[in-house]
Amino acid sequence: MCFIFRLSFDADTCLACPSFDCLVKCQYLDLGFAEARREIRKIISGEDSPVLHSCKTCYACEEYCRYGNHPFYLIVERQEEKQILPAPRPIIKRWIQTGELTGKEPEIKPVKEPVISLCFFPQLVPLIQGKLFEGLSIICGRHVFCNVVYLHFGKPSVIKERVPVIIENIVKYGVKELICFHDECYGLFKSLAPAYGIKVPFKPIHLFEYLYNKLREYEKMIKPLNFKVAYQRNCSTRLTPDKEHFVDDIFELIGVKRVERKYDRENALCCAGIIKELGYPELSEELQRKNVEDMKKADAEYVVFNCPACYFTLAEKVKRLGMKPILMSELCKLAIGEKPVLF
Amino acid sequence: MSGIYEALAKIVGEKYVSNRMEEKYFYSRDQGLTEPCKPDYIVLPKTVDEVQAIVKLACKEKIPIVVRGAGLALTGLVRPLKGGIVLDLKRMDKILEVNEKSRYAIIEAGVTTGKLKAYLEHYHPSLRFSIPDAPPSATVAGNVVIHGQGRLTQQYGFNSDMVCGLEVVLPCGDVCRIGSCSISPYWFSKGPPLPDLSGLFLGWFGTTGIITKIGIKLYPNKKIRDVEIFVTDDENLVPDIIARITYTEIVEDVNVWTQPYPLIYRGIHHITAYVTGDSEEEIEFKKKMVIDSVRDYIKRKEGGFIFLTPDIKPVLLEMPQSSLTRFADVKRGGGFQYAGPIIPIEKYPEAYRRMVEVAEKYKTTWAIASRVIGRGHCMMFGFSFPFSRIDPSDMERVKKALHECDLIALELGGVPWKAEIPAQQEILKRMDQNTRKLIGQIKKLLDPYGIMNPGNWEVD
Repeated sequence: MCFIFRLSFDADTCLACPSFDCLVKCQYLDLGFAEARREIRKIISGEDSPVLHSCKTCYACEEYCRYGNHPFYLIVERQEEKQILPAPRPIIKRWIQTGELTGKEPEIKPVKEPVISLCFFPQLVPLIQGKLFEGLSIICGRHVFCNVVYLHFGKPSVIKERVPVIIENIVKYGVKELICFHDECYGLFKSLAPAYGIKVPFKPIHLFEYLYNKLREYEKMIKPLNFKVAYQRNCSTRLTPDKEHFVDDIFELIGVKRVERKYDRENALCCAGIIKELGYPELSEELQRKNVEDMKKADAEYVVFNCPACYFTLAEKVKRLGMKPILMSELCKLAIGEKPVLF
Repeated sequence: MSGIYEALAKIVGEKYVSNRMEEKYFYSRDQGLTEPCKPDYIVLPKTVDEVQAIVKLACKEKIPIVVRGAGLALTGLVRPLKGGIVLDLKRMDKILEVNEKSRYAIIEAGVTTGKLKAYLEHYHPSLRFSIPDAPPSATVAGNVVIHGQGRLTQQYGFNSDMVCGLEVVLPCGDVCRIGSCSISPYWFSKGPPLPDLSGLFLGWFGTTGIITKIGIKLYPNKKIRDVEIFVTDDENLVPDIIARITYTEIVEDVNVWTQPYPLIYRGIHHITAYVTGDSEEEIEFKKKMVIDSVRDYIKRKEGGFIFLTPDIKPVLLEMPQSSLTRFADVKRGGGFQYAGPIIPIEKYPEAYRRMVEVAEKYKTTWAIASRVIGRGHCMMFGFSFPFSRIDPSDMERVKKALHECDLIALELGGVPWKAEIPAQQEILKRMDQNTRKLIGQIKKLLDPYGIMNPGNWEVD
């Protein structure tokens, strides 16, 4: 079934690019304009390129491309075609097995809307409480797992094979709109699935958009927090950067100051958890150190996370430097006087 | 045997002797799969004098006597196969001395690993001992008597190698000190430079005497512990990966584990390497050495380090690791037992393949949790099967599977660990005949009436 879905990539647009920002801006490659042009040509024509071997799968080139032409998805496609393993074989195997849909199919019945998906993070269930999440139905589990993580492992075929089943499962819940707690789920429905022509018969709503609207409902309850916060962007935000404005919108609404720092916004560093698994443990450590030290240097009191995986990856290091890690949902709860759930 | 109960009561007091049904039931078994065997009496002495008096009584009356710590071996080693007295050492639980400079503790034989751990953490935080991954109610003495292993085993060998002195009540009732403590107030060595007599009591399962005190070596307790997990999907690579990691000589403990469920673990061999240090710099340096040791495998994409989230790390760093007990109830019937043969490390791939075949043959799930012993000198290959106690056919199946695993281990050149009776017989059957004869002679010499845990290590 995965062969049905082909990546929508316009080679002409790419080759006519005046900047090749996708590779020039890459934080892990050191390529000038001419080299970037040479390598992207090779990638397009199906030749081998060092880029396919050195990619750290941070997804950022998806954002750097000003034409929405999916350079990262192309790299991942080529990695798989050429059987280039971005990570050691057992690591990939482990991850693929994690999301394998085996055994008895779950019994899915329509649920009352609005619906929030927690992807495959059952540990997030206790968070869905309080005014901001009142009346939501929760769906969570392997059967609704977005599978986007396999972009890190050069396995788009796994995504293409599983995603239609996942979408079908979500549809069985009778969902017309789906609030995505996990940013990667939103990236799947708004970027990856459309790029491959996979139909998404419901409207995905980004958690931050949902939180922003909810906060507006409870605006009178908001007491400005007056915290200085650092924001940790996660890899999948690169798939849908148009939603990033909600970070600033929420911060403004709840009265927190986003500190100015080197590794923020387009220059954000990923949490580097995956980079360790790709076979670069020292680089992973170095990136994490640089990132949290940058947060500290900018005087952040709190570090706000979008993705639970980033939170689990960096929380200890953040705490060690005397800052407080917190998920965005929990920060919003604090703003309306509710007690946040902290891991 | 009339009057025995009264005689025992006279030694330990009425409160600490029993021949009641409920106690007989309890002391007839352990949590494993062996058949229960009821004792006639249960006695809980408090002092070595009381132990001596009980042994003298048993000797005079020719009554079997079986010593019990926590009874957690799972292989039925403390079942009174021929009835008689079960001597429970729980009340002898004093920590007598900790020598900080010479790094050892002298403890009574009923001291549990949990108690010694808590005591050291409170009074001597710079010292630790090799904690086995058994429940904290396991006794230190019981663990060394079965040649147990623990968190420091990769560095210092079997936990019994860390013994530095013994006090033993011989089957005749004499009290005997073994090691430097036989001529000195200091318990720094179990043998050298003297003839090492500790081998007469360690690994004999109480058939040659009753250990009443033990000197156990203590080791520096570094402030920070950390852990890394290296994974591979090729079992053939595991011995070399272990060799490389242990070659660094800087890891605390090395475990290898795999299991078919949850799916994430299927076909993946996890090599867990623990490091300790007094500073972040020390930890980072040691971790780097571990990474360097296996870098070739990462480059060849044959293995890699997994990211450990903060919720997983505490589970791995816990001592003992209580998560292991979850496997015990995976069948919702509350039971598990494992074959834990000691095997040459190069036999890991074959042991893995063959024992998985056994599990498939007997249609049971399994988990492997192995520990490297010494600097890669051998390993305990722990192959566990859960079973449901409400299903006798399940228990029978697992029992057969375990016996088959023991036979495979012997075939591969390994030796079943804490062997239950059928496995002991298989070991003795294959043993060099003069060695077997020597075991028989030693037993006969020390225990001429055959009253000490009879049925175990029976040569004839």
